[in-house]
Amino acid sequence: MTFDAPTIDYGALSPVIALTAGLCVVLMSAVIGPLRRSAPVMTMAVLGTTATSLISQWNDPTDLVAGALRLDDLAIAISLMAILAAAFAVLYSLREPAAEQAGSGEYHALLLGSVLGMVLLAQAQNLVSLFVAIETLSIPLYILCATNLRREESLESGLKYLIVGSLGSATLLYGLAFLYGAAGSTDFGTIAAAIGDAGLLGDPLVLIGIALAAVGLAFKTSIAPFHQWTPDVYQGAPTPITAFMAVATKAAAFAVFVRFFDVALLPQADEWQPALAVLAAVSIVVGNVGALGQDSLKRLLGYSGVAQAGYVLGGLVVASEAGVSALVFYLGGYLFMNLAAFAAIVARERETAFGDDIAAVRGLGGERPLLAWPLTIAMLSLAGFPATVGFVGKLYLIEALVEGDYTWLAVFIAVGTMISLAYYLRVVAAMWMRPGGEPAPSAGPAIAGASPEADPVDPEAGRRIYLVGPALLAAAATVFFGVIPQPLVEFAQEAGSSLF
Amino acid sequence: MTNSLLWTPLAFGLVGLLLPRRLTGWWATLGAAVTLGVAVALLAGFDSGTAGLQDAVDTPWIAGLGVDYSLGLDGLNIFLVLLTALLWLGGTAFAALREQQRPHLFFLMLLLAETATLGAFLAQDLLLFVVFFDLMLVPFYFLFGAWGTDRTDGGPTAAAATLKMIVYTLVGSLLMLVAAIATAIIAADGGQISFSIAELARAPIGEGSQRWIFWFFAAAFLVKMPAFLLHGWMPDAYRAAPLPVLAVFSGVLAKVGAYGFLKVVLPLFPDATVQFQEVVLVIALASILYGSAMAFTQTNVRLVGGYSSVAQLGFVTAGIFALRPDGADGAVLQMVNHGLVVAPLFIIVALLAERSGSEDLREMGGMAMRAPVLAALFLIVTLATLAMPGSANFIGEFYILNGLFQEKVVFALVAISGVAMAAFYALRLYQRTMHNRMPEGVESREIGWRDGLVLAPLVACIVALALYPQLVLERTDRSATASVEAVTGSEGREIAANCPAPEHRNGDLILTLCKER
Repeated sequence: MTFDAPTIDYGALSPVIALTAGLCVVLMSAVIGPLRRSAPVMTMAVLGTTATSLISQWNDPTDLVAGALRLDDLAIAISLMAILAAAFAVLYSLREPAAEQAGSGEYHALLLGSVLGMVLLAQAQNLVSLFVAIETLSIPLYILCATNLRREESLESGLKYLIVGSLGSATLLYGLAFLYGAAGSTDFGTIAAAIGDAGLLGDPLVLIGIALAAVGLAFKTSIAPFHQWTPDVYQGAPTPITAFMAVATKAAAFAVFVRFFDVALLPQADEWQPALAVLAAVSIVVGNVGALGQDSLKRLLGYSGVAQAGYVLGGLVVASEAGVSALVFYLGGYLFMNLAAFAAIVARERETAFGDDIAAVRGLGGERPLLAWPLTIAMLSLAGFPATVGFVGKLYLIEALVEGDYTWLAVFIAVGTMISLAYYLRVVAAMWMRPGGEPAPSAGPAIAGASPEADPVDPEAGRRIYLVGPALLAAAATVFFGVIPQPLVEFAQEAGSSLF
Repeated sequence: MTNSLLWTPLAFGLVGLLLPRRLTGWWATLGAAVTLGVAVALLAGFDSGTAGLQDAVDTPWIAGLGVDYSLGLDGLNIFLVLLTALLWLGGTAFAALREQQRPHLFFLMLLLAETATLGAFLAQDLLLFVVFFDLMLVPFYFLFGAWGTDRTDGGPTAAAATLKMIVYTLVGSLLMLVAAIATAIIAADGGQISFSIAELARAPIGEGSQRWIFWFFAAAFLVKMPAFLLHGWMPDAYRAAPLPVLAVFSGVLAKVGAYGFLKVVLPLFPDATVQFQEVVLVIALASILYGSAMAFTQTNVRLVGGYSSVAQLGFVTAGIFALRPDGADGAVLQMVNHGLVVAPLFIIVALLAERSGSEDLREMGGMAMRAPVLAALFLIVTLATLAMPGSANFIGEFYILNGLFQEKVVFALVAISGVAMAAFYALRLYQRTMHNRMPEGVESREIGWRDGLVLAPLVACIVALALYPQLVLERTDRSATASVEAVTGSEGREIAANCPAPEHRNGDLILTLCKER
């Protein structure tokens, strides 16, 4: 047995290195007096560096760390989404009570740690790296959810996420163990070969492993019926973190979901396709029906995220290049629409006494048109109206589904979208159609009896450039890619083609 | 040309955002006028000798998904485009004459609605059609919901009524989206996907697939019209809508559904069309009977107009599904006619409501007393609505019934009763408002010259079309016939001649019409 010194491709590893180094620096900055307030700037610089190094490796797939990671276009696409979401979250966190209570340096270092997990997860093509990455992603998030120390809901949210998330991780790990037991390897390619050629097709060990792994990943992507944590955690967590989780966690978890199932488990596709299709359908129905009566905008977006995860899962189910491209496209569009919506929620939470209740956006159209428009566009796009990226995303998914002989799931998407109109348009109606009956709540004193944490912390939040700017940017992207979708389609196609 | 027609309204709407409040209305009116000018120029250059596309634009839009940005004019849509441009000018001008809250947004939405509607008529790519079909809803959602009136009798608020409308119509159009994609993928059969309507029509998909896809499309179109049983959104939405917007909505949007049948369903799903012909005809007849009966029992003026639209669109549907060239010709003519009468009708309703302070027939009356011009204009609209011989509506209905007679006698006999009922509800509306005793609080006031400038040209168009219906028939015939032949040809039936032999017809008017062609 000869031993070859491993060649380390520092170029391809540079995003991971940049993030790791950056997170150490940001963490250290918390104890160095003069740098104490510079964490957001440094975080942005780290994110920018990482993004640059990722973009420079577009179209140049490389296997890394003895095949444990693979930096291909899919990984880069998803990593870029995570980084973009983190950058928005940093802006939304400016003047966020949670970030100040927990310590700005720690808060941002944890955020970077989560991004590091996502970047790793998007590249993972080995059972071990998959699991390590998923934990790297999750643990900082458990803490971040609880950073708003003075709000009980925030602490509750962190604890709930920790317990449910650990349960999901345990299930996933259990499933991975079964698969390793059956295939004798942790490498995705070898597992596929073992299932395909070595007569493991339909082996009970493999099937149990697949089922458990699917459940574990469904926890992470909040697919019904494994979604129960989502609305509670979304509502309790500090809103910038909710925005980050809603977008980035979902994208990263779907990246590994799709790589695991559409590469490692592809030979067994006939068995898991119908099962996941049913999960997608259940998720669409549960998410959309659950969102109907919600008054909390964060809960509403949580349930809507469950439904949207059901749509996205459709792209995975068909196990085709078109399916993966549709999935990437949808996640990309989802990023812009959600970030636009969350900017408005963050702003209203800080300037009114209503928190994230739908009452906070009542009359927003007249009062703060620059926030109302992004939120309106986000809602219309989530509901899938034309001229927004949400429509093209659904079109893409439906096309992939019909091509893959899953027309019935496409009909489910259509039916789910109809249900979703009722709650998305309710938000729009609150902004534009009800005259603001009561005086602008930001002007007056806090309502008597309201809990102290609901006090407006920044009555001018709706004018802050770091909230309005990103909101307008995200909304503009939502419309731009709805009218001229070709660039995003090509981006998604290149990402999709890296698996097939 | 086609491009500028489509985007002019939206461009004007966006520029209007930068103008001072009091100018936005007139700027929007100018935009609608320019659009109408472009539409008229396109009509002037229109060649009636071909069924093919004219002034076509075709570039890839989403190349990765096979969607093209493909527009064009043919005999089916040229007059609907013209109708859209005309009614929008009327509606916009009428709205500009009145104070609007948040005028920037109002006129932007109104003009965005025009672009979307024109897009639906012009689209030659199935998916682009769906895009515009759905896009129409967005501006109308805002217009109805934010500028509509809440009911005082405890009925649903404007926002609720609008939501109901959106959910109803999107139920249809989302299924249509799935159906459109399925059509293209089945037709491509593993090859390059194309949504071009012309290409899809060349080789229709298998009969089994046609059956379910037909209903997905039919649901979208029938809700939009609205047809009997699918009209649940109509009464509430009509009561909530601001009247200038309702005029264009009722005048044009219902036609998109009927147009969809001619443009998409007949050519693309010929086998299913033949198979379900009678089902749709039954729905159409039910719409005629139900719509008429409701129209002459309602006391709310808006609902009289709304239900009469249900009945009229029933006629149009019946004409299309007669599957005869003259039925289809009549259907297109009748679409234009109906748009031309219903938009002025709602503008008149707005004027009457201003004079009586109510939209209830029981609280109106005697308003002709000191307003002879308004009464005369209203009378012309009324007579056209009831399809008086001599009006273009009469010719449209005649063609439709003629087509239906040759195909399905029983259906035609039932449909005829609709003509009689139309006379009843139209005259009832006129009498109850303009004649009778004037109740307390109602004022008989002549139409102002500015409102007159809006209304009179629309009424003049009704008269002009009555005098010269060939304008429409000549240019429509080839395309309408082609749509119908796509169905009848596939069944191997004898294709009816463009103009049936004169002895089948009675009446000199019709004879001359045919000779000229």
